[in-house]
Amino acid sequence: MTTQTLAPAAEAPPAVARARRTRRLLLLVALALVAISAVRIVTGATDLTSTGAISAALAAAVPIGLAGLGGLWSERAGVVNIGLEGMMILGTFGGAWGALTFGPWGGVVAGAVFGALGGLLHALATVTFNVDHIVSGVAITLLATGLARYLASFAFTDIGGGPTQSPVVPSLPKWSVPGLGWLAGIEQRGWFLVSDLAGIVRGALTELSALTVIAVILVPVSYLVLWRTAFGLRLRSCGENPKAAESLGVNVYRYKYYGVVISGALAGLGGAFLSIVAASIFREGQTAGRGYIGLATMIFGNWRPGGLASGALLFGYTDALQLRRGSESVHALLLFIAAVLAVIAVFQFRRGHRVVGIVSVALAAGALLWYFTTDQIPVEFVRAMPYVITLVVLALAAQRLRMPAADGQPYRKGEG
Amino acid sequence: MSRLDWRRWLPTTLAPFVAILIAAAISSIVLIGSGKDPWRAFSSMLEYAFGERTGPASMVDMLNRATTFYLSAVAVAIGFRMGLFNIGVEGQFRLAALLAGAFGAATFLDPVPGPIRIVLVIVVAMVVGAAWAGIAALLRVYRGVSEVISTIMLNFVGGSIFAFLLTEDYLGVKQPGSENVTTPILPADTWMPSFPFPNTNQRVFGFIVIAVLVGFGYWFLLGRTRFGFDLRASGMNPTAAVASGVDAKKMIIATMLISGAVAGLVGLPGLLGRDHAVTTSVAGFGFTGIAIALLGRNHPVGIAFAALLWAFLDRTRIILDLEQIPQETIVIMQSVTVLAVVVMGELAARFSRRQQQRSVGRATGETTVERPSVAVAGAGVENAREGS
Repeated sequence: MTTQTLAPAAEAPPAVARARRTRRLLLLVALALVAISAVRIVTGATDLTSTGAISAALAAAVPIGLAGLGGLWSERAGVVNIGLEGMMILGTFGGAWGALTFGPWGGVVAGAVFGALGGLLHALATVTFNVDHIVSGVAITLLATGLARYLASFAFTDIGGGPTQSPVVPSLPKWSVPGLGWLAGIEQRGWFLVSDLAGIVRGALTELSALTVIAVILVPVSYLVLWRTAFGLRLRSCGENPKAAESLGVNVYRYKYYGVVISGALAGLGGAFLSIVAASIFREGQTAGRGYIGLATMIFGNWRPGGLASGALLFGYTDALQLRRGSESVHALLLFIAAVLAVIAVFQFRRGHRVVGIVSVALAAGALLWYFTTDQIPVEFVRAMPYVITLVVLALAAQRLRMPAADGQPYRKGEG
Repeated sequence: MSRLDWRRWLPTTLAPFVAILIAAAISSIVLIGSGKDPWRAFSSMLEYAFGERTGPASMVDMLNRATTFYLSAVAVAIGFRMGLFNIGVEGQFRLAALLAGAFGAATFLDPVPGPIRIVLVIVVAMVVGAAWAGIAALLRVYRGVSEVISTIMLNFVGGSIFAFLLTEDYLGVKQPGSENVTTPILPADTWMPSFPFPNTNQRVFGFIVIAVLVGFGYWFLLGRTRFGFDLRASGMNPTAAVASGVDAKKMIIATMLISGAVAGLVGLPGLLGRDHAVTTSVAGFGFTGIAIALLGRNHPVGIAFAALLWAFLDRTRIILDLEQIPQETIVIMQSVTVLAVVVMGELAARFSRRQQQRSVGRATGETTVERPSVAVAGAGVENAREGS
């Protein structure tokens, strides 16, 4: 495993390699943009890059991304956190209750605190009592579901809600980057690429909830703290090799606690976003599995903040399209998926992975066939799309992913 | 050390009972905190479940609920025992119930006599459940995708397919006088015979027999066959299992298929015994199964008790309304019980391990063994993957 990670560094100095990677990434993004724009022109599915779709995508990506960041903090410290869903549920209640009691910012804090309490429980079970991480996570999700209902029945019954629903909560301020109004005109024109860019920029920079901005900032902050500070190095060392960390004087238990509690707070923040910003109300079941999706984005983001953020955006995007004439928009997207799969197939063949290449070609042909034989996709399939994409991505890329070496493994101080 | 050494079995056997006491204590604190008398709550729950007036009907209902819970939990436990987390029972059983229900009511089966048709329904359900779980197994074996993630994703995908197929365009029909879309009602000779129960006209699902058989099969498979030995060995120490000649890939696929096949049965007690058609409300038993498998420590008899306890709590929640206690208290009791059982199980395993190490230490003349790093025979087992 060590040789694997060292190999690229031996070929080129890290800075050069990083610059090359960034260049390649930017090229890919530009190509994807051109392709999407072409698909929009060909199919007339204007919602693919409209301001509304992009800002909806961003709003849908935020809770997933926050859950994914939560997963990142926990798993980097070596604790698998499948209880993210439960911590999010606690966050939805905490957010709504806090917002009703102390105002919207109070809700943000309360959501994070409730999530952190869930994280603390997970840390207690997995780190102190050494319970299997998956088992504890499942139990915590179960507990959170009941607890949120129980607390909601006390908190909301007298003020016009009940165990499954809260009254409308006060909302957070919205921010816009000033001076972007003229973009709307360009977006209307329907020009190739230019209008798409206008729609994307306008969607991404105007009418942003304050919590969205905070969530976006938290991605680079997580990267900086985890990869550029001594604290982060120690925390990650607990996920890679706790015994080595212990031998260097790191208090592994304490760092695992830090990781899991921060993880819970981030998931709780994601929950608070759902109840304060997305729905303006606490409703039972409103997380709808987003904690699990966050976990999935973290995995196919290869346990890195940038990767998980792009995963969250992908989910958010399909999620948002679903709400905006989903059947047509996602139908148009089939064309894009076919193109991407074809490109993947070419690369796989050139690398000599024949089987993966053939599978990709077959999938691409299937997507193409589907596009030409139908006019729209049943709404149920649109809903399933993000999960299928996750499965396909994991199936195609799982070997290239590398999780923290000691992730999910039990650790006892002084044993070994 | 003899197999019946108390250090080995006593702590792990006592742990669930201690855990339930702890959970009851925590639940009482929650009740007192909300200004209610826990004693009254518990006694009215017991009265409702076993009392003279409501008891018989409650007991039938609890048995019926427990039948479904038991099957779901066994499906999960099979995976747990080899360290595989089949979180996907939910998706497996929903798809299985839907396709089996539609198949059983299909017109081309009309000439087939009822009992054979019941068998066919059961077979279809098991095949569908196994196939859906098989996707996760193949992804794990050939592409290295964690089954935790893939089964969760497959739950969502399965849910979408379920919703897609259960429409009037495909497998669904609208029942007269109702807006609900269900599968066509099974012909009456495909309804599973049920058992009477004294002092009530409610009847016990005939499927309870099959649940008992599944439990017996689970015990036999794990405890009395080569396959079961390999399965448990893979769960306790995969490296050692592979070194001793177990084909890990084959084990993963086989275990996942069996787990999925049992999961396929989960929807059938209700389908064959009560509803006779699949409705959209066929959902939710998958996650309950995980909790009950944990509660029963993956042991065939333990799971049975856990399923009955769960059914008791589920049944008696409605009585809490009369006491002005929020029903949600029950969900807290259930989840606190699971957490307590899991934590106590871990502590008991650790305690028993230390006691065994002490006794070995005494026997070999080293009396001051506090926490040796060398594992003693039988001590390598850990947490929930272990049966009691």
